[in-house]
Amino acid sequence: MHKLEIDGLTKRYYVERDGRQVLALSNVSLSVGDGEFVALVGPSGCGKTTLLNIVAGLLSFDLGTVAIDGRQIAGPGIDRAVVFQHPSLLPWRTVVGNVRYGMELQKRFDRATMRERTARFISLVGLAGFERHYPSELSGGMQQRVNLARALASDPGVLLMDEPFAALDAQTREHMQAELLKIWSEARKTVLFITHQINEAVYLADRIAVMSARPGRIKGIFDVPFERPRPLKVKRDARFVELEDSIWQLVEETRADRHVEDRGVMP
Amino acid sequence: MKTTSEPELLERPRRTVYQRYEALILGGAAVVVALAVWQALWTAGKISPLFFTGPSAVVTRFVDEWTGGRLRSDMVYSGTNFAIGVGAAIVSGVVVGVLIGWYRRLGMVFEPFLTGLYSTPRVALMPLILIWFGIGMWSKVFIVYIMAFFPVLINTIGGVKAIDADLLRAARAFRASDWQIFTTVALPGAVPFILTGVRQAVALGLIGVVVGEMYGGSEGIGYMVNYGGQTFQTDAVFLGVVIIAFAGIVLTWLAERLERRFSRWRPER
Repeated sequence: MHKLEIDGLTKRYYVERDGRQVLALSNVSLSVGDGEFVALVGPSGCGKTTLLNIVAGLLSFDLGTVAIDGRQIAGPGIDRAVVFQHPSLLPWRTVVGNVRYGMELQKRFDRATMRERTARFISLVGLAGFERHYPSELSGGMQQRVNLARALASDPGVLLMDEPFAALDAQTREHMQAELLKIWSEARKTVLFITHQINEAVYLADRIAVMSARPGRIKGIFDVPFERPRPLKVKRDARFVELEDSIWQLVEETRADRHVEDRGVMP
Repeated sequence: MKTTSEPELLERPRRTVYQRYEALILGGAAVVVALAVWQALWTAGKISPLFFTGPSAVVTRFVDEWTGGRLRSDMVYSGTNFAIGVGAAIVSGVVVGVLIGWYRRLGMVFEPFLTGLYSTPRVALMPLILIWFGIGMWSKVFIVYIMAFFPVLINTIGGVKAIDADLLRAARAFRASDWQIFTTVALPGAVPFILTGVRQAVALGLIGVVVGEMYGGSEGIGYMVNYGGQTFQTDAVFLGVVIIAFAGIVLTWLAERLERRFSRWRPER
């Protein structure tokens, strides 16, 4: 049984302006095994984030099923945690307060456990010594570490990551990618990672699903053959570049599809 | 990349006492010069005591009123009215503001009334307030209250409504209940707004005290100013104005400090 199983997922939006329907996701199926790291790539506006929000339980859907450990999801749950594109930290709380926030809301752990886990995950993401800092005193990369620690501390079965490094500069981003793999190898969570950067997906994931735009469909799934741990220099490997290239081609094809399918707008 | 010159760059440049307190020194000097010129004109007899007064006359009046007069009881009277009115305005403004900001339908029902009252100059209600509360202390308290209530209310509503969509989404993803969202996102997010309201309430409450005491009654600093004017005692008028101004400066300063204290997490200061 897969850890996360998405089957025949369809999501429609209504455009408020003219009352037309937009098919955001059409018959999307994807499964993620226990402890597996799956990346989802596709052009912007292809519904990646919509898919993630549905799996997170933040959005409703029209058809299909989303199951974790074989159980259908009903809204947000303690079995999932989201690392958002924007750090989304409470600005009036310090790093400690923000990392414990998820646990606090879920009321799963007693005080002592929360304290222990807060400290553990702050040091896991490399922020020991910054416990009393406010988010405004941290760099973008550090804020994302807090965002990640908050998600991990709540002990989710599945970690949902929504372009978490998109807003970071190129160097910080590479550094955070390597750091994420290190943290992941210790925390061993099932990850669904959304990105529009193919390079990032190939470096991080075990498998990569390519999505087309409007309606969002899974166009293909690639296995990533590289062993772990992966040093950053694997990005210079010929097979890496080759894989990146074939994914890029498929993404380009989906882009061309968009015009043919009239952006998925139905009468 | 580390450079060898970094430690030197980090060293704070030494500043002289003048450089550190430049604004204070220049501002203070300007006030002293202005007072000296005024006093000189007064001593030289260039100012008619009927229309204007001099600094020394105000000080003399202050000493007289403080030791032998009723200044202290007037200050207590005005201060009490101000404290009760502003205090009640803050408490009720925050409570009602939170309710209206949080429950959208409540807002829809009450907002027309609030907008109407908010755009009415509250001073215009003074005759009505006198009819309701008489010329005693409670009409004064009420005008202070009605002046100070709206800034607290409007800012609180705005603060509760200005809930950050990203934070809301994060809280929801962690299965936050509506109550948890209220206590951990909406309320703390509204605190800086509320304190801005408090600062405005203090300023408007002070106007309320003076206006209230000018309408009827025979006590307080506002009465002192009004009576001084009617009897051509310009030094008494000035003394009252100075006291009100001073109270305004101190109270606003306190409110600003409070505001800054609770907005420590804000990046821009």
